[in-house]
Amino acid sequence: MPGFDFSNYNRNAALHARGVPLPKATSTGTTIVGCIYDNGVVIAADTRATSGPIVADKNCEKLHYIAPKIWCAGAGTAADTEFTTALISSNVELHSLSTGRDPRVITCMTMLKQHLFRYQGHIGAYLVVAGVDPTGVGLYTVHAHGSTDKLPYVTMGSGSLAAMSVFESMWQPDLNKEGAIALCSEAIKAGIFNDLGSGSNVDVCVIEKDKPTQLLRNYEKPNERGLKERNYRFPRGTTAWLNQKVISKEDMKKYVTIETLSGDDNLAAGEKMEVDV
Amino acid sequence: MGSPFDINGGACVAMVGKDCVAIACDLRLGMQALTISNNFPKIFNYAPSTYLGLTGLATDVNTVSDLFRYKVNMYRLREERHISPSDPGQPGQLIVPFICGFDSIGCIDFAKDFIVSGTASDQLFGTCEGLWEPDLGPEDLFETISQALLSAVDRDALSGWGAQVYIIEKDKVTQRLLKGRQD
Amino acid sequence: MTSLMDHQARETVGYSFSESTAGVKQHGFYPYTDNGGSTLGITGSDFAILAGDTRSTSGYNINSRMVPKVFKIGGDDETGEGATIVLSVVGFAADGNALKERLDTVVKMYKYQHGKPMSVSACAQRLSTILYQKRFFPYYVHAILAGLDEEGKGALYSYDPVGSYEREQCRAAGAAASLIMPFLDNQVNFKNQYIPGSGEGHALAAKKPEPLPLETVKGLVRDAFTSAVERHIEVGDNLQMVIITKDGIEEVYHPLKKD
Repeated sequence: MPGFDFSNYNRNAALHARGVPLPKATSTGTTIVGCIYDNGVVIAADTRATSGPIVADKNCEKLHYIAPKIWCAGAGTAADTEFTTALISSNVELHSLSTGRDPRVITCMTMLKQHLFRYQGHIGAYLVVAGVDPTGVGLYTVHAHGSTDKLPYVTMGSGSLAAMSVFESMWQPDLNKEGAIALCSEAIKAGIFNDLGSGSNVDVCVIEKDKPTQLLRNYEKPNERGLKERNYRFPRGTTAWLNQKVISKEDMKKYVTIETLSGDDNLAAGEKMEVDV
Repeated sequence: MGSPFDINGGACVAMVGKDCVAIACDLRLGMQALTISNNFPKIFNYAPSTYLGLTGLATDVNTVSDLFRYKVNMYRLREERHISPSDPGQPGQLIVPFICGFDSIGCIDFAKDFIVSGTASDQLFGTCEGLWEPDLGPEDLFETISQALLSAVDRDALSGWGAQVYIIEKDKVTQRLLKGRQD
Repeated sequence: MTSLMDHQARETVGYSFSESTAGVKQHGFYPYTDNGGSTLGITGSDFAILAGDTRSTSGYNINSRMVPKVFKIGGDDETGEGATIVLSVVGFAADGNALKERLDTVVKMYKYQHGKPMSVSACAQRLSTILYQKRFFPYYVHAILAGLDEEGKGALYSYDPVGSYEREQCRAAGAAASLIMPFLDNQVNFKNQYIPGSGEGHALAAKKPEPLPLETVKGLVRDAFTSAVERHIEVGDNLQMVIITKDGIEEVYHPLKKD
C-alpha cells in the first residue's frame, strides 16, 4: 500500500515506550450530521478544529468531495479525514472511469471501510458518507475501525448526542429539501452551542436526484466576533530592531530572470504544450 | 522525558496584511531548560516570496527543511519555474497574500488572519487574537507581528532569545533582527 | 465532583504496546475536577477590576452558562452589600466556593471582633494562610484578591493553590491564562514597546508603564476575554466584571460567544 512512510516508526515507538506522549494532531472534535429526504440527502458540519482545548481553525471545511454526487462529512483526526477522503475520491473516480458507470455510494462506503479496517483504527477517520447514485439515495456512517451503519438520519463526532437529540425530537419520515436542510442545520447548531468540541459556523451540502450538488459553505454564521473595544495599531518604530536586510526584485534579477505575468491567460500561451488533436 | 515537540523549544508566527504577509520566529535552541544556542532561525526560504517556518524537534526541523529544499529544487528543475506558496501554481497567477499552517501529520489550516506554532502557541494565539486586525500595511504589520511574537515568547520558558521577522511584499522582502529579552 | 474510578497501576518503563494487563487493579480516589473558565484582574491608581467568564465545564460539556467566579468578601448581608474586598477563584469550582465561604466568614468575624473592616493586605495574608493550611490536600484553585489599599490605590494579589502570593498590577488565571497574560504584559505594562525616535540602537527608550484610566482598562478586559473566547473552548457565555472604587463595588455583565 503506497502512501504511508514508516521510516520514523522504530524511533517513535522506542520514544513512546520511554513515556514520550504521542503528538497532538489537530482533531475535529466535531458535530457532523446527515439526513435523507424525499428526493435526496443533506449532510452538514460545524467548522471548528481543535488541538486540545485550543481552537486551531475557526472556519475549517469538514465536508469533503468524493464524487460529484457523493460527499463525505468527517470527524476525528483532521488529517486522516482529509487524506482518506482524497484517496477514496481518487479511487472512486478511477473505478467509475474503468466501469463507465456513475459511482455508487455503497461502493465508496465499502472502499472506505476496507481501507479503515486494514489500519485497525489507527487512521482516526469517522465519516458520514452521503450521495445519490443510480440505485437511489444513500446515507452511511463509517467508524475508524471499519464498522458501518445505514440509517435515515445520522450524527457523529463529539457533538453527536446533542445533534441526535434534535433529530430524535424533530425528524419526520416525509421531509422535503428545505425541511431537511433546516433540520440538519438545527442539529449542527445544537452541537455548536452544547458541545465544546464544536463551534463557529454551519456548512451544508445538498445532494439531490437529477440536480447539481449544492455546497452551502457557511450556510449559517451564528458566532461572528464583534468589534473590538480598543484599537491595537502600534505607532511605527515601537519595536526595537538591531539590523535589517532588504531583498528587492532588482537585486534578485542579478541571479535569476524574473517575469511578472498578469492574470491574462493569453500571455502564457507561448509556454503551452503542443498537443496533437 | 518530555514530548519531542517541547525538547528544543521555539515559536513561529505568520500574519496576513494588505498586499503583504509577514512571518517571524524566535532564535532559541535548547535542550529542555538549558539554552544551547541563541542563533537558530526557524524560517527557511524556498522561492523569491515563499517562506516556511518550522518548529518542534530541532533534528526534524533540519530534516524537513532539507528534504523540502530538495523537493523544491527538483520541482524548479522539472517545471523550469519557481514554486508558489499556495498550489502548484499557474504561470500568470495573480499575486495575493497567502499563509497556511500544518499540524505534524499534514492537516492544513487555511487561515485568513494568522498562523501560530511552537511551544509558545497558546501565548501566540492570545497575543495575535488581541493585536491583529485586517488590512495592515507592511510597516504596521511588522510592528504587530513583532509585538505579538516578543510578548508571547517572554511568557514561554522554552522560546525567545531574540527574533527574526520577514515582511514579504510584492517586489521586496525585508528581513529584520529584533531586540528581545535574552533570558 | 467526586469520582471513583478504576485505575491501572502504572509500570515504570515498559514497551508501550506490550503492557501487561495482569497487574493488580487499584481503586483510585479522584476528588478534583477542572471546571475550566478564566479570570483576570487589573489595577489602576484609584480602582481595581476583577473579571471572569461565567461558563462552568466538565470535559466537552457545559455544566452551566451562568456560574460567577468573582465574589464580594465580607459584606454586610448575603448580597455582599458593604464589602470592600473581592475574590476571584478559578479551577475546581467546589473548592472555589468552599474557599470563598471560608474567607467571607473570616473577614466578617474580623469586623465583628475588631469593629473595623479588614484591610486588603491583612486579608491577603489571611488567604495565604488558609490556602497553606491545606498544603497536602489543597484547594484546587487559582485565586486573585482585589481591593483598595490604605492609600486608596488599587491592590491586587494573586495566589497559587498552596498560598504563595504576590501583589501585582495585573494577572490572568485559569484555562486561558496563557493566552491572556502575554497580551496584558504588552498592553498594561507596555512590555517590548519602545518610544519611537527616542534614540539610536540601545539608547532607544522603553515605554514606561503607568496606571491606566478606568475606561481603558475596561476596554482591555473585554478585548482580552473576547480574544480568549475565540481560541479557548472552555471560555465563554458571559463576562462578569467587578469594579472596586472608593465609592463601592460595581458589578456588570456582558454577553460573550456561546459556542
